[in-house]
Amino acid sequence: MIRTTPFHPRLAELSQTGLWGHWAGYLSAVRYDFSAKHEYFGVRNAAAFFDASPLYKYWIRGRDAERFLGGVMARDIRNCRPGRAQYTVWCDDAGYVLEDGVLFRHTADEFLLTSAEPNLSYFKSLIGSLQVEITDASEDYGILAVQGPRSRVIVEQLAPEIAALSYFGFTPAKIAGHPVTISRTGFSGDLGYEILVEAADALEVLDAVMAAGEGHGLRPFGEQALSMVRIEAGLPLIGVEFSSSRFAYNDEERVTATELGLGWLLKNIDDDTRPFIGRRAILRELAEKSSRWSTVGLMLDWKAYNDLYVNAGLIPHMDEIPVPWETMLYDDKGARAGYATSLMYSPQMQRYIAIARVKPELAKVGGVVHVEQTVNHEYLTVPAEIVRLPFFNPERKLA
Amino acid sequence: MSNTHQYDAIIVGGGHNGLVNGAYLAKAGLRTLILERRHLVGGAAITEELHPGFSFTTFSYGLSLIRPEIIQELELVRHGFMPLLMNSTFAPMENGDYLLLGQDRDANIREISRHSKADADAMDRYEFDISRVQQFIKPLFDSMPPDIFGSSPQDREDVAGLLAHLGKADKKVVHDAVRLITGSAADFLDDYFESDIVKGLIASSGIIGTKVGPMSQGSGLVLLFMSMGEHDGIMGSWSFHKGGNGGFTQVLARAAESYGAEIRLDAPVSHVMVSGGRATGVALTDGTEFTAPVVVSSLDPRRTFLQLVDPRELPTDLVENIERFRFQGTASKVNFALDGAPHFPALPGRTDQYQGFVNIGPSIEYLERAFDPAKYGWYSDKPYIDACIQSFIDPDMAPAGKHVMSCFVMYTPYELKGSDWDTERQNLGDTVQRHLDSYFPGFSDLVVHREVVTPLDIERVTGLSEGNIYAGEFLAPQMYFFRPAPGWSQYRTPIEGYYQCGSGTHPGGCVVGAPGRLASQQVLKDVRGPRS
Repeated sequence: MIRTTPFHPRLAELSQTGLWGHWAGYLSAVRYDFSAKHEYFGVRNAAAFFDASPLYKYWIRGRDAERFLGGVMARDIRNCRPGRAQYTVWCDDAGYVLEDGVLFRHTADEFLLTSAEPNLSYFKSLIGSLQVEITDASEDYGILAVQGPRSRVIVEQLAPEIAALSYFGFTPAKIAGHPVTISRTGFSGDLGYEILVEAADALEVLDAVMAAGEGHGLRPFGEQALSMVRIEAGLPLIGVEFSSSRFAYNDEERVTATELGLGWLLKNIDDDTRPFIGRRAILRELAEKSSRWSTVGLMLDWKAYNDLYVNAGLIPHMDEIPVPWETMLYDDKGARAGYATSLMYSPQMQRYIAIARVKPELAKVGGVVHVEQTVNHEYLTVPAEIVRLPFFNPERKLA
Repeated sequence: MSNTHQYDAIIVGGGHNGLVNGAYLAKAGLRTLILERRHLVGGAAITEELHPGFSFTTFSYGLSLIRPEIIQELELVRHGFMPLLMNSTFAPMENGDYLLLGQDRDANIREISRHSKADADAMDRYEFDISRVQQFIKPLFDSMPPDIFGSSPQDREDVAGLLAHLGKADKKVVHDAVRLITGSAADFLDDYFESDIVKGLIASSGIIGTKVGPMSQGSGLVLLFMSMGEHDGIMGSWSFHKGGNGGFTQVLARAAESYGAEIRLDAPVSHVMVSGGRATGVALTDGTEFTAPVVVSSLDPRRTFLQLVDPRELPTDLVENIERFRFQGTASKVNFALDGAPHFPALPGRTDQYQGFVNIGPSIEYLERAFDPAKYGWYSDKPYIDACIQSFIDPDMAPAGKHVMSCFVMYTPYELKGSDWDTERQNLGDTVQRHLDSYFPGFSDLVVHREVVTPLDIERVTGLSEGNIYAGEFLAPQMYFFRPAPGWSQYRTPIEGYYQCGSGTHPGGCVVGAPGRLASQQVLKDVRGPRS
C-alpha cells in the first residue's frame, strides 16, 4: 500500500491534476497545476513549496558521532558547527559515490541526516566500537521546502529568527505553536528554506505557511518543477546523474565525486587525521588524474537547434520537462565525447541546457560538443557550448 | 552656440525599436546615441508606479511577438530578460458562465465541450492550420520585404526569392494565408467553430488595436499577425515580462548600454539636419546638435517623413502616401489599482482564472456591436476589454494581497464626433468600470486608483500619431512591401543616411522588435558596403 506524507491531506486538495508519482514509498505530486512551468515560476519569481517528506531521516547521536561521520562521509564534518548543515556524499572503498545527503549538526554530538535511499543497516555496520546511536526517524517528521525570492518574507512572518540565517544555517523555531527546525536549504538553487516538523503538526504548519503566503504568489510545486530548478542550479540527482555504486554491475555505471562535479567537497582530504571510506582511492584518482569524466554545463546553440527543426519542416519544440534518458555527445570529429544526464529547455536561460559528463580533456569552458537529437527519425546533432555550473545562481540565494 | 557631438549613428526615440536598433548598431561597433524625449526609455512599453506600491503598464501590457533572434543575439537574459508564463485565459460570458482555458490540451477540450461538443476537435484543427500558416509567413515576417518596384539585381533576386517561397508552399496553406490577410476573422472562424464564446475569444485577437470589427475584412490579418508571436516556442502564446513591458525595455536599455550605446533622456529631437540630400545629424528642441552620418528614426511614418525632415526634400508620391497613411487609433487603456481580487460569482473563492488574460468579448456579435459606434465617431458603452490582473502573474507589481489590473479597451476612436477626449476621458473610465461591475459584482468597491489613457493621451505621451498603438494601422495596403509606403519598405528613406526603424515599418507594431533589428541590418550593410 502506498503511503501518504503528513502534508498529503492538504496537498491532495490543492492538486488540480491528481497526478501523483511514487517516491520512496510515498505519493509525491508530479505537478499540482496543469503546468509545471507555472510552478517553476513560483520558485523563480514568487515562492513555492515542495513536500520533501519522503526523504529518509536518521538521527546520529553520541560521543563519537563526529568521528563516525568523519569516517563515513567524504566531506569533512569537523568544521561544520552546530546550527549548520552540510551537503555531503559517501563513497565506497574504490572512491565511487554511494549516495548523497544533507547533514544537519544540531549539537556537538547530534546530527540529522536526510537521504534519498535507506541506509540504516549500512551505517550501523560501520559503527564498530564507537559510541554512536543511529535511529531511523523517517516517519517522525514532515519536510516542507519553501523556495523562491519571496520565501524569506513568508517564513519570516511565522519565525522572525530566520532573518539571521545564512545559507545552510538552521534554527529551532515555532510555527503555529509547534516546534520546527528551519534551515536555509533546498534543492532549487534559489533563496529558500526547509521546515522540519513533527508529523502530527505538519498540517497546521502547512496551513500557517499557506496563510503567510497569501498575496505573495505562493503555490505548491511538484517533482517536474523541482527537476527544472535543480538542473538550472546544477545539482545532481540520484537516479539521474548517478546511481549508487553498490548496485552497479560495472564501473561504467559508477562515478566518483570528482567525476560528478563534486570535487569541491573534497577539501583537506590529504589530512591523515581523518581516514574515511574511499579516501585512498580518491587520493589516487586525484594524484593520477585518472577521472574518466568531468561534469559540465551545456548551453545548446539556439539557432542551430531552431534550424534543425525548421529545415526539417517542423516547428522547434521547447520542452521544459527534462528528458528522462541520457543524450549522447560527440566531438567535432564525430567521436564520442560523453553524455548529457539532464537536458531541458530553461525558461530562465531561454535555451536548452544540460548537465553533462564529458571527457576531461574536452571540459574547457567555451569549448563545443555536439548534442544528439532525433529529428524526423534521424540522429542529428546541435552544437553546445560548455559552461560552468550552475546555470542560474541568483544573488538572493546567499544574500 | 550649440553643443556639437559626433557619433556614428543617432537613433531618434528610445522606444523598444529604437533601443533594439541602437543595441545592434552599438554591438556592431558603431558609436551610437539614442535620444529619448521623455524621462524614461520604453516609448509605449513602460511601467510606472502611479500609486504607491502599484506598478502600472500604462500602455503596452504583454509580450509575445518579440523575436527570439533579438532575445538571443542581444543576450537579453544576461540583462534580466524574464518572460513569465501566463497560465490561463479567462473569458467571462454575459450569462454568468465562462470559458477558462489553461495549459492542458485535454482539459481545454473538455472545457470547450461544455460550450460546444463540435468545437472540441475544431480547436485542434484550427490551431494546426494556423500553425502551418505561421510557418509559411515567418520567413517573410523576419526578413526585409523585397522591393518589388526596384530594378537592381538584388531587387530581382529578392522578388525571385519571394516567388520561390510561395511556390514551395502547400496550396491550402497559401490559400489560408490569403483568406486571413484579405478576409474577416469571423468568416475564417466560422469554418471551424460554432460556439459564441470560443469564436468571441479567438476573434478578439483579430481586432486588437485596429479600426475593424471581427466581421470586417482585414480582421483576419490582425488575427494572423497576433498569432505570429510565441512564448518559449509555443506559437501564439503570450507572456508577461517581469516588471511589465517597462521591465522589458529596461532590459533592452541595459543591453544597448552594455554594447556601448549612449542613451540620453529628456532629449526631444526638433529635426533631422540634412545637407545636400544627406542626413548629417539631429538638433534637439533646445538647439543642441549631434552629428552623425547615420540617423535612424524610430518614430511613426508621419513624424519620420513629415515632421523630423522637410517634406519638400522628399518625393511627392512618398509624401502623398504618408499623408494618407491611416492611423485612426481606436484603443484605450483603463488601468486600476485594486484593494483585492475581483469576485466572479460562478467561481466563488477562486482566483486561478486570473493567471492570464481576462477577455471580455463573449461573441463575435458582441465585438462587432462594440465596433459599431466607432464608425460614427463614438465609443462603445459595452466595450471589448482585454484585461490582465498582472499582480497574479508577477506579485512584485502590487503590495501583497492588492492588485493591478490592466484593461485594454476598444473601440474608442481618436476622433470623437461632437466631443473630445479631454471631456470624455473620465466618462470612458466610468463606462469601463461599470461594465466590469456587471461581470465582477463589487468591482468598483475595490478600486483605489484609476488611470484612463485615451488615444489622445497615447498620442500626447508617446508621440504615436492619433494614438495608433502600431504606429499605423494593420491594413493590407499598409503592410509588408507597402509599409510604410510603396518603394520605401526597406528601412531607407530618400534622404541618404536617414533610416526608419519604427513600428510603422515591416513587420509592424506591438513589441516585436523586428523593425529595429531589420533596419540595423540595412544600416550596417550600407555603412560597411555590400561585401560585409
